Amino acid sequence: MATEVAVAPGHHEDEPDHMANYLIAARGVKSWLVTLDHKRIGVMYLASVILAFFMGGMFALLVRLELLTPGRTIMGAATYNRVFTLHGAVMVFLFIIPSIPAAMGNFILPLMLGAKDVAFPRLNLLSFYIYVVGALFSLFSIISGAVDTGWTFYTPYSTTSSSSVVSMTLGVFILGFSSILTGLNFLVTIHKMRAPGLHWRRLPLFVWGMYATSVMQVLATPVLAITLALLAMEKVLGLGIFDASLGGDPVLFQHFFWFYSHPAVYIMIVPGMAIVSELFATFSRRAIVGYFAVAMSSLGLALLGFLVWGHHMFTSGQSEFSTMLFSALTMLVAIPSGVKVFNWTLTLYKGSIWLTTPMLYALSFLVLFTIGGLTGLFLGTLSTDIHLHDTYFVVAHFHYVMMGGTVMGFLGGLLYWWPKITGKMYDESLAKVSWFFVFVGFNAVFIVQFIMGSRGMPRRYYDYVPEFRPYHQFSTVGSWILAVGFFILAYVLVKSLRSGAKAPPNPWGSAGFEWNTATPPIMQNFAVTPTITRGPYDYHEATEEELWDGFPEDFKKSEP
Amino acid sequence: MSSATTTEASHGAHAEAHGHHPPFLQHHFDTPAHQFDAAKMGMWIFICTEILMFGGLFVAYGLFRGREPEIFHLAHERLDKIMGAANTIVLLFSSLTAALAVRQSQVGDRKGTTRWLIITLLCACVFLVVKYFEYTHKFHDGLLPGTHFRAHLPAYAHHGHTLPYRAHMFFALYFMMTGLHGVHVLVGMGILTWVLKRNLRGEISKEYFTPVEIGALYWHLVDLVWIYLFPLLYLVG
Repeated sequence: MATEVAVAPGHHEDEPDHMANYLIAARGVKSWLVTLDHKRIGVMYLASVILAFFMGGMFALLVRLELLTPGRTIMGAATYNRVFTLHGAVMVFLFIIPSIPAAMGNFILPLMLGAKDVAFPRLNLLSFYIYVVGALFSLFSIISGAVDTGWTFYTPYSTTSSSSVVSMTLGVFILGFSSILTGLNFLVTIHKMRAPGLHWRRLPLFVWGMYATSVMQVLATPVLAITLALLAMEKVLGLGIFDASLGGDPVLFQHFFWFYSHPAVYIMIVPGMAIVSELFATFSRRAIVGYFAVAMSSLGLALLGFLVWGHHMFTSGQSEFSTMLFSALTMLVAIPSGVKVFNWTLTLYKGSIWLTTPMLYALSFLVLFTIGGLTGLFLGTLSTDIHLHDTYFVVAHFHYVMMGGTVMGFLGGLLYWWPKITGKMYDESLAKVSWFFVFVGFNAVFIVQFIMGSRGMPRRYYDYVPEFRPYHQFSTVGSWILAVGFFILAYVLVKSLRSGAKAPPNPWGSAGFEWNTATPPIMQNFAVTPTITRGPYDYHEATEEELWDGFPEDFKKSEP
Repeated sequence: MSSATTTEASHGAHAEAHGHHPPFLQHHFDTPAHQFDAAKMGMWIFICTEILMFGGLFVAYGLFRGREPEIFHLAHERLDKIMGAANTIVLLFSSLTAALAVRQSQVGDRKGTTRWLIITLLCACVFLVVKYFEYTHKFHDGLLPGTHFRAHLPAYAHHGHTLPYRAHMFFALYFMMTGLHGVHVLVGMGILTWVLKRNLRGEISKEYFTPVEIGALYWHLVDLVWIYLFPLLYLVG
């Protein structure tokens, strides 16, 4: 950040300059640590989740490496259990759940709404610190206490396993509060902080996605909190609620857990959908076809997310009637998902497609999420699920949704908004190379897992029969290709930070509202509260010039 | 970035634009009413979260009571209905006084607000003291959750009767539900004390009574949860 800032005479060093670029408006480490600026909090979240993603990825590489050969390859069975628990818990609780909402949502949401900040800036900073404390707590307890339950903490194993399950659940409990507070903050922000003229039918689809996500965070996470509190008490006081020998019910734990964790799956995927909706519009230079249907489908997913938890428990001993009901409800999920996929595809049709790296990620999302979604139907169907449950088919399915969906959306959004956040451009051609490795590597890892799963390879196992060896080896080699892709991407981003060209105000020529602030934004986002006079995808109203450069300083018209 | 003159000019304009803002209005809100609406909506959403959190316990209660209604009935007779009813009255009254504190703050009566807040806090203390006596009595009778349950042993017989061992589930739920509620009472007291402190410092006025309003809102939630706990645990068992 070697830009020269002229400090006005009499302007005190410590006082932030509200009209300056947010990165340099105040200086020093402390100005970051106690900031109330949603953009800086977003950047701190971004750095944290990228770190978590790196750690989770390393554990994934270790798991794949261990599975290269049957029997022991690099670690013993107990260590293997811990490593895959670390991979799952870190990726779910520390990376995916906060990734898009807390990091990008924090940065972009108020900009899209034409607001100066989120509704509760102090609560926002608090939720970041709660996240940090929860993250350190849970990491420390997994590593020191060797938690090996997987990320689901199923009873009775978790209540009889190592004692640090208590501190681990406490860590996740704390993380949950960070998630609740972020969701609460966003809900109020979306309701109360919209600029004049930004009515609900003009709301960008990213905001709609964040809205649906926040509803789920606020309503589902407290159930996880009470579940984990009961689990901890079970271990500390011998409560017995989940212990069959004391008259309790271990299946009740699964009901409680999935009542949170199924909505949590949508807390993970809906933000990814929210990002690619923006990407498709910008890089097709077209309004999203069926805008309102796409917006409502996010809310539809949020609603259905609360009704299908039982499909994680088809073989856990719930009644036959319940399994049928949950299976039927699960099929309904295909409707809002289909609405999105078909409308995105239609947006591409006769659009003016610009294949930048963010767009490549959006297209990857479309393909991979469709595969992940369709294979979900196999698992939602009772008869096939009996055969496929707890196999690698499940592993491949949810990685296609979580990684093929959310992570692709995250990476697309990261590169798309990179200039907005940092004020620098990145090396487009090298980024495309990294996309190629990520896309090929990802498919190499997981496509074979569908095959070996359908042939009976159980998930989480340390050892396997020799027949599965070629599949496992193919998958492990794929994980190395994937890792190469991520390292190239990391190089691209670091290079951009060090020596990237200065970003133009609207590098993609997008009509999105977030591009109407300076790039990077000034500390209070807008010098004057903007008045919104058009929708976020109104490319059809653009002049020839605007179609290339975006709507330059659209909001200036409203200045007094 | 910007030259010295423009920085100063924009700064001046900025200060001017915010010049008429009252001190309690945060920079990103347009009007005090805007800020008040946001705060109130935030508390309502938080209350939804809290209800879902207690919801897990209510589901567990319903499930286990449905499985063993007779044992729940036997076990609930060991709770002290008089103390429970007294606490219910105390909490209901404290909700009234909290509402009166809001009313007084809205009309700008600082002394009245202080008075009603203090009475609300005293009610909360009474509630906790009664709860303390109830808990110690339960501990003494071996009516403890889970593996610590002793009331099935002859040594702990009550009027010559012992409870069946499986009654421990009732007390597991009793302690979890009233315990979590007790934590909420403590948190609520913390919030009301903070509100009281701000009121004494003169930060609450007819124009800015948001802290009193949202503090009281939270206190009503604490009351509301108890309104469900009391009949479920003490009366119908």
